[in-house]
Amino acid sequence: MLGRTANGLYWMFRYIERAENGARLIDAGLRMSLTRSASTEGDWDGVLQSAGVRELYDEVHDTLTSADAIDFLLRDRANPSSVMSCIEAGRHNARMVRTALTRETWEATNECWIEMRALLAKKARPADMPEIIDAIKRRAGLIRGAFHGTMLRNEIFNFSRIGTFIERADNTARILDVKYYVLLPAVSAVGSSMDNVQWESILRSVSAHRAYGWVYDAELRPANIADFLISNGRMPRSLAYCYEKIVSNLGYLAREYGERHAAHETAEQTLESLRNRSIDDIMDQGLHEYLEEFISHNNRLGQEITDGYRFYH
Amino acid sequence: MVKNKGTTPLAFDEMINADSSPRQPYSTYHQWYASQDRNRLIAKSKEAENIFRKTGITFAVYGHADSSEKLIPFDLIPRIISGREWRRLAQGIEQRVIALNAFLDDIYHKQEIIRAGRIPRELIEKNDAFLPQMIGFRPPGGVYTHIVGTDIVRTGEDQFYVLEDNARTPSGVSYMLENRETMMQMFPELFHENRVRPVENYPYLLRQSLSSLAPPGCTGKPRVAVLTPGIYNSAFYEHAFLADMMGVELVEGSDLRVIDGKVKMRTTRGYEAIDVLYRRVDDDFLDPLTFRPDSALGIPGIMDVYRAGNITIANAPGTGISDDKAIYSYMPEIVEFYTGRKPLLENVPTWRCSEPQSLKYVLEHLEELVVKEVHGSGGYGMLVGPTANKRERAAFAEKLKERPGNYIAQPTLSLSTVPILVNKGIAPRHVDLRPYVLVSDKVQIIPGGLTRVALKEGSLVVNSSQGGGTKDTWVLED
Repeated sequence: MLGRTANGLYWMFRYIERAENGARLIDAGLRMSLTRSASTEGDWDGVLQSAGVRELYDEVHDTLTSADAIDFLLRDRANPSSVMSCIEAGRHNARMVRTALTRETWEATNECWIEMRALLAKKARPADMPEIIDAIKRRAGLIRGAFHGTMLRNEIFNFSRIGTFIERADNTARILDVKYYVLLPAVSAVGSSMDNVQWESILRSVSAHRAYGWVYDAELRPANIADFLISNGRMPRSLAYCYEKIVSNLGYLAREYGERHAAHETAEQTLESLRNRSIDDIMDQGLHEYLEEFISHNNRLGQEITDGYRFYH
Repeated sequence: MVKNKGTTPLAFDEMINADSSPRQPYSTYHQWYASQDRNRLIAKSKEAENIFRKTGITFAVYGHADSSEKLIPFDLIPRIISGREWRRLAQGIEQRVIALNAFLDDIYHKQEIIRAGRIPRELIEKNDAFLPQMIGFRPPGGVYTHIVGTDIVRTGEDQFYVLEDNARTPSGVSYMLENRETMMQMFPELFHENRVRPVENYPYLLRQSLSSLAPPGCTGKPRVAVLTPGIYNSAFYEHAFLADMMGVELVEGSDLRVIDGKVKMRTTRGYEAIDVLYRRVDDDFLDPLTFRPDSALGIPGIMDVYRAGNITIANAPGTGISDDKAIYSYMPEIVEFYTGRKPLLENVPTWRCSEPQSLKYVLEHLEELVVKEVHGSGGYGMLVGPTANKRERAAFAEKLKERPGNYIAQPTLSLSTVPILVNKGIAPRHVDLRPYVLVSDKVQIIPGGLTRVALKEGSLVVNSSQGGGTKDTWVLED
């Protein structure tokens, strides 16, 4: 396969993942503002940070309002990580690697772009938000479904999956990192309604607020939330789960190509540490430091994959 | 009861006779059409548009933004050709394509046709499409033009003319395939009632044909790739589509490099050699070391690899000399010279204004002729006599007298019509036809092709850039 095609697949799936996660973040932000009586600008500040675009926002806007924040996250082309920018970039990559995709996967991606372009042509009214968020999730789900149902399990599949999980791990780590302080035992007054809202919003931004209750007690506890999102190998947006997938897909590539790269080593080490370190240990050592290091390792892994498999564009 | 409204009285309609009865190839279809609910057809028409949009069958209007992707309008009334009509056409096309390849081989070797005095030397040697780099070189299998799209127009029951021989990089074949796919999806019953010859195996035949012409140095299964100028090219969809359907790599110039005398592509495992390159990039841009030095689309050094016999380029560089406008008027002589027989398909009568007798005739009949610049294209510097006014004709006559050698003239043909679906029912519109031909050790003509249709009433311009549309083209078994 061309290094350019592998690169295109990897980024196509990173962007689609990012678009979907962006929609979740907005959803969590909206939910938070519904459960509050006071001003909600502070919440949007956190959401913008989780999306990694807080500084960019300030370059475009003078003040932080929820309407501007939502528009910035949803459809502003000046924000390369806005949902619409991501869908456009994902579709652009898909068009470039069209020959590597099944017709179903391409059409699902193209139709996603067609629908979202129409739906996000104008600034969204608050009343339209549920429909829009729903449409993004549904479209992303259709792409995923077409992809899983029709693609051959070969190198094309592996590069796509690696893109998805590098992006997802990054997103989950960021969400946790922005809110890490509300998870610290010293700061949180256990059980206060303020904390509950914050905790729930973390779970909601990874669509895990229901699943949490199945695994842990119904009561929200910071250590459990951190454990769920970091170490729980059954939670599909946790760091451990993402790395299991990255390692297994890299493993298929190593077997098919008959060679290993630095990326294999890095990914396996990260997975080891995710499996072996207890959440208490992580919390004791410093959650923020841990997440910062994780994000930087995750970026390095992306670069090692790019180098090892000769990506270019 | 089906009526063709507003028929141009002079044009031959392929579906409906003057007495309103259907012509024979359309009889089954016509019956089906008469039983259809008009609103259902209009709804189907919208459905077709959605299919095309979702599939991404678009052509880019030059520029960047994705929003400028346009659809070519599709009309759901098929253009139907009987088996008997097709056999005649196919024989004529085959003869012409054989002559084109023989001509190219001759022009780049002994030039016997020039020595025999059948065509003037300067016509070849002063022509930009003639590539001196090809002199004395014979491509693998002796095939120069592997993929040909012969443009054909019809003016009567038995009257077909070749309008152009596209021997460089003819496009549009993806529309032939997608139009058929769409018709079969929307109207499966029609394909039970009519015995339509299949076109779907084109990608398979193309791959087979390309593979069979791999360079002699290639051992094992030839590695084929499609070379595209890139995602912003107007025909990118087609390039991706063909690569996809053939199951081969789609590459750009920047993916390729000449290493150790081979053309290789940058893969996830390192560099890997390509044996056959189906290029959709013009000659000029193919190799910056040989042709345009500013080309970013090509592969530096590919011509050396080609001449060393380590890659097959389809179509071969330099095939443009055979489909040039200046050469066109000599096609009857060319066909006869190489096949020893009169051409089975007619050329549009062409006056070469360089010849005094012809110039005299053209000047006397300007109001009924189309006068074109020999090297012009895209409709520039051309006079359409019947629609020009007196002053324009007079001004053009002066230019003609000044440089007669720069012009050719042809009669305006009354192109045949096929009905299209309009709000009030159906209405006749002018059409042309581009069948696709594959040349390897044999000549294969795909039974069908691309029918382009002028959507504006009375218009003769079928080009998609000027608002033309397309139709599915059926060749019947009979």
